[in-house]
Amino acid sequence: MMILSGDPPRSRLLSIVLVVIIAALAVTPLIFPGAKAMNVATKICIFAALVASYDLLLGYTGSVSFAHTMFYGIGSYSIAIALYSMGPSWAAVASGVVIGLPLAMILALGIGLFSLRVEAIFFAMITLAVASAFLVLASQLSWLTGGEDGRSFQLPELLRPGTVISKSALGFELNGRVLTYYLIFAGSAAMILALLRVVNSPFGRVLQAIRENRFRAEALGFRTVFHLTYANCIAALVAASAGMLNALWLRYAGPDTSLSFAIMLDILLMVVIGGMGTIYGAIIGAAIFTLAQNYLQALMGAASNAAADAGLPLLPGLLHPDRWLLWLGLLFIASVYFFPTGVVGRLRNAGRKPS
Amino acid sequence: MTDLAASGALPKPKGDLLPVLLPVIVALAMAPLVGSASSWVTLTVASLAMGMMIFIMASGLTLVFGLMDVLNFGHGAFIAVGAYVATLVLLPLAPYVQADSLLTNLAVLAPAAVLSVAVSGALGLVVERVLILPVYGQHLKQILMTTGGLIVAEQALYGLWGPQIIPLPLPTSLRGSFILGDVAIAKYRLLAMLVGLVVFAGIQLVLNRTKIGLLIRAGVENREMVEALGYRIRRLFLGVFMVGSGLAGLGGVMWALYREQVHASMGNDLTVLVFIVVIIGGLGSIGGCFIGALLVAMVANYGGFLVPKLALVSNILLMVAILMWRPRGLYAVTSR
Repeated sequence: MMILSGDPPRSRLLSIVLVVIIAALAVTPLIFPGAKAMNVATKICIFAALVASYDLLLGYTGSVSFAHTMFYGIGSYSIAIALYSMGPSWAAVASGVVIGLPLAMILALGIGLFSLRVEAIFFAMITLAVASAFLVLASQLSWLTGGEDGRSFQLPELLRPGTVISKSALGFELNGRVLTYYLIFAGSAAMILALLRVVNSPFGRVLQAIRENRFRAEALGFRTVFHLTYANCIAALVAASAGMLNALWLRYAGPDTSLSFAIMLDILLMVVIGGMGTIYGAIIGAAIFTLAQNYLQALMGAASNAAADAGLPLLPGLLHPDRWLLWLGLLFIASVYFFPTGVVGRLRNAGRKPS
Repeated sequence: MTDLAASGALPKPKGDLLPVLLPVIVALAMAPLVGSASSWVTLTVASLAMGMMIFIMASGLTLVFGLMDVLNFGHGAFIAVGAYVATLVLLPLAPYVQADSLLTNLAVLAPAAVLSVAVSGALGLVVERVLILPVYGQHLKQILMTTGGLIVAEQALYGLWGPQIIPLPLPTSLRGSFILGDVAIAKYRLLAMLVGLVVFAGIQLVLNRTKIGLLIRAGVENREMVEALGYRIRRLFLGVFMVGSGLAGLGGVMWALYREQVHASMGNDLTVLVFIVVIIGGLGSIGGCFIGALLVAMVANYGGFLVPKLALVSNILLMVAILMWRPRGLYAVTSR
């Protein structure tokens, strides 16, 4: 069995874009050691993995889940609570992982077996309801989760920003922060490669068959409910792992950073804009979205001020930097409608001759 | 066939009264647990009022799904839009809202509600034409498109009205409660119950006593057949969609007055509640939706009173319990 998937990007332009993104992410700590650039790069890494796991559900099985942030949150919170209550040690990190992953898996299994028997719509509604109940639960059980304030915690010695491991002559400092970043980078890369392997396995082919025609897949003898539930569990595991990386970076877990419905919508936007059913789309989508989130706002602020100066009605409000999601939402609708295969699909088709 | 022709009438549909009795049973079963009679009455009235408001919001959603197999994840946007539009009328006319006269208050409330219904209904027209028409029959895209619509609507509301919470005080004459003995019944809850009952009766009358209602019910059961008989079900559906959106707007106004505040995220928050109601009731069934709304409200109110901690997840537990009993909701109308 091969370890890599043998599913190349299949488009020269796409390959170049991917190489540029990954290379940029790899050298960010060397070139832009500032806090903002590092945060953006980390967010792209974590969300690329998270979105890729969501793509396994949405793009490959065609089932819409609104509970993906729940698993992400379980990962975040399990690390946060473990480190908060056991103190900053590697044993705490390990116990967070050991508790968090099985918990996410069991929940995913339960939801899957309960609601994947029926149609996509039913699954979408059940997951929405369960996720919102979980959000309320997490913000109310304050003795465990810290309520609305969340839990801040300290990292093990090695990963702290103050820990300087080595200093090179060029001024680059390998400190705990950079080490955490590379841990996240490597973790996300490993998860995405693993997901690529999954979707290109015979199992992944069955998922695609179910997406295309569930009835027929069942007639061919595949137990579709089990396949869908496995996919749901794998996606939940990856999402929880991404949540753990997120908690390690932020040194914090709270409802707003890991569980909120807004993050769920972000994930949806990323996967659709990047390209459903491609896994590579997750990297592109996460990069576009995060860059827009952090740098489009400045542009919009300028435009908003210009509109206000010109005395136009309404426009200043709609162009206000906080309204960037409005424009991405419009882009989202347009991309579902006009190019449902997203950026990746567009790039792959661009190279091909129209037949 | 000959039997049918001979008897000259269709066989009567089998009645299924158990779900109807469910809210009554729940309410009565809770009486000894709650203890005092006055708190029981207050809780029951509160649940009925809340249930009616949720029903108003959910009714459109369930009909739209039943008729056209379209699940609108952006339904909450209409709720929020309705509430915001009402502030357009109620805030400038605040002196009339504050006046201590029922007639003056209602004279302001009624146009506000009508405007909300009209605007959210019109928005429904736009949404149906722009977002849903291109993706008929494709569930995945429907969910994505309408979710996108929800994002855009919420952000546009923030953009137009600003991100702050808008306080929306209840009209003076609707504040306070009637006192009967040691039982207090909030006036606004009575009004909410009244409006809810009127809407429910109206929908039932239209569905059961008019030709349009007949077509809608037929369309829910078998869309192709109605189309084959020469009716333009798309146009019918557009009408249902607009009415459903308008009702969501009305529900939004009532909910905003109930909470005495308006915020763009209310659409999001209520969407979950509305979905639970629609699932419990059985997708496409108005009667089921009504009972589901009452049950959800009862569980929220009694549960919040008896076991406050449990109230957080009570809706989910209720949904799981109902689905274990009847996997397709209280009344399964569609064959889908």
